[in-house]
Amino acid sequence: MGKRVGMEVAIASAEAAALCKFDVASVYPITPQSHVAEHLSDIVADGRVDASFITVESEHSALSSAMGASATGARVVTATSSQGLLFMGEVMPITSAMRLPIVMIIANRAVSGPINIWNDHSDIMPMRDTGWISFFADNGQEVVDMVIQAFKVGEDRRVMLPVNVNMDGFQLTHVVEPIIMPDQEEVDKFLPPYKPFAALHPDNVVSMGTLGMPEFFTEAQKSKNVALVNSKKVILEVWKEWEKQFGRKYEPIQSYKTEDAEIALLTMGSMGETAEIAVDELRKQGVKAGLLKLKLWRPFPFDELKKAVKGIKVLAVTDRACSFGGPGGPVFSEIRSALYDAPKRPKIVNFLIGLGGRDVQVEDFMAMVQKAAKGKLSEPYEFYGVRG
Amino acid sequence: MSEKKGPETWQEINPGCMVFRKGSASEYHTGSWRAKRPLWENEKCIKCGVCYIYCPEGCITEQQDGFFDANLDYCKGCGICAHECWPGAIKMVNEEE
Repeated sequence: MGKRVGMEVAIASAEAAALCKFDVASVYPITPQSHVAEHLSDIVADGRVDASFITVESEHSALSSAMGASATGARVVTATSSQGLLFMGEVMPITSAMRLPIVMIIANRAVSGPINIWNDHSDIMPMRDTGWISFFADNGQEVVDMVIQAFKVGEDRRVMLPVNVNMDGFQLTHVVEPIIMPDQEEVDKFLPPYKPFAALHPDNVVSMGTLGMPEFFTEAQKSKNVALVNSKKVILEVWKEWEKQFGRKYEPIQSYKTEDAEIALLTMGSMGETAEIAVDELRKQGVKAGLLKLKLWRPFPFDELKKAVKGIKVLAVTDRACSFGGPGGPVFSEIRSALYDAPKRPKIVNFLIGLGGRDVQVEDFMAMVQKAAKGKLSEPYEFYGVRG
Repeated sequence: MSEKKGPETWQEINPGCMVFRKGSASEYHTGSWRAKRPLWENEKCIKCGVCYIYCPEGCITEQQDGFFDANLDYCKGCGICAHECWPGAIKMVNEEE
């Protein structure tokens, strides 16, 4: 059995990667991810994992060299945040197109400007369409579990896709949490050694990253899309297996007190735990409130969402990133689009919250529920708590 | 496009568009891109081989008589050979002429 430890979540995410016996770590440090980079480097320097740590000069190089390593059949981990993720953005669609199962730990942080090092989701949201599987962790335990799950999902021959694990910068990365750290034997049992579909080697002819001309490009895109859509089946399988072995359950959408709920909040990442307390408080006041926590952002869990909103009259979707000049936050527009054809759907409202590290407290979630109760806000979407 | 050899449907695309055949790029005849083609005037040619060295496509070869010629299946008509030929032995002429 794993041991219950008190550990900083950033450090724990690197420890989880070490339990997966990565071969190569290619990381460039950036706040608030730096502790992940430092600790991965420590792990390699101390010889705890038989691996190479590539000290790169930028995030663009970090992901590029990670891809080179992965193409030789290595198990590769990288990590970044904010501007670093945007700098990796040029490479990210190629990683997924080449079907290289790299795992990326992301310490979510606001994208400048104004320059801001604190937490929101404006770094990962622009990366939505790069073809990566995207997990969102609620707490330190989920970060550790999801990093290990990510290797298993990504490396499955039916998937072969890169996976990013999102953890909120500071709110999670810099917080010491009680975490059940699985032991090596348990992880070895869960995660077999990586057997690549193909690897660069002088004895085996393979061309990777080939040119795709107009006659083949559409077919290549369709094939990548099908791979991502189909990965959900494997993700669900892996989560079932995890639950069986480790006793912790994972679902694309985790419902909290929604059985008889009339109004529900939807959150991603660490705010879910604060929102749970708000739901408890509202229930004490007789409000039939509930909460949906979205854990799987890509592939998007359409069927699970339709089931999860059953009976809910109003859904208040929270977004931690803006889509300037758009229809609301990115999560909101996806949720609304996903439910457009549903014969019975809740009224859906959108709050932009927790931008650039703005604290969102229990009372704030309670106030949002009160505001959303009518099923309509005075504006199409609201910058909650904005002054002026 | 001259010849098409490759997957017809999306189901036939290898994961990651990986290609497992050697030299498959030679099946794509880039000569179809050409608007102009190089024409050698062998009376000006000094057989130095600069055209052969500079051709980015690697499609210029030395003939048995020591003069040079381009494989028009692959020559894109970029004109680098003509630009580099210092005795002025290569002219780029329009394809349709």
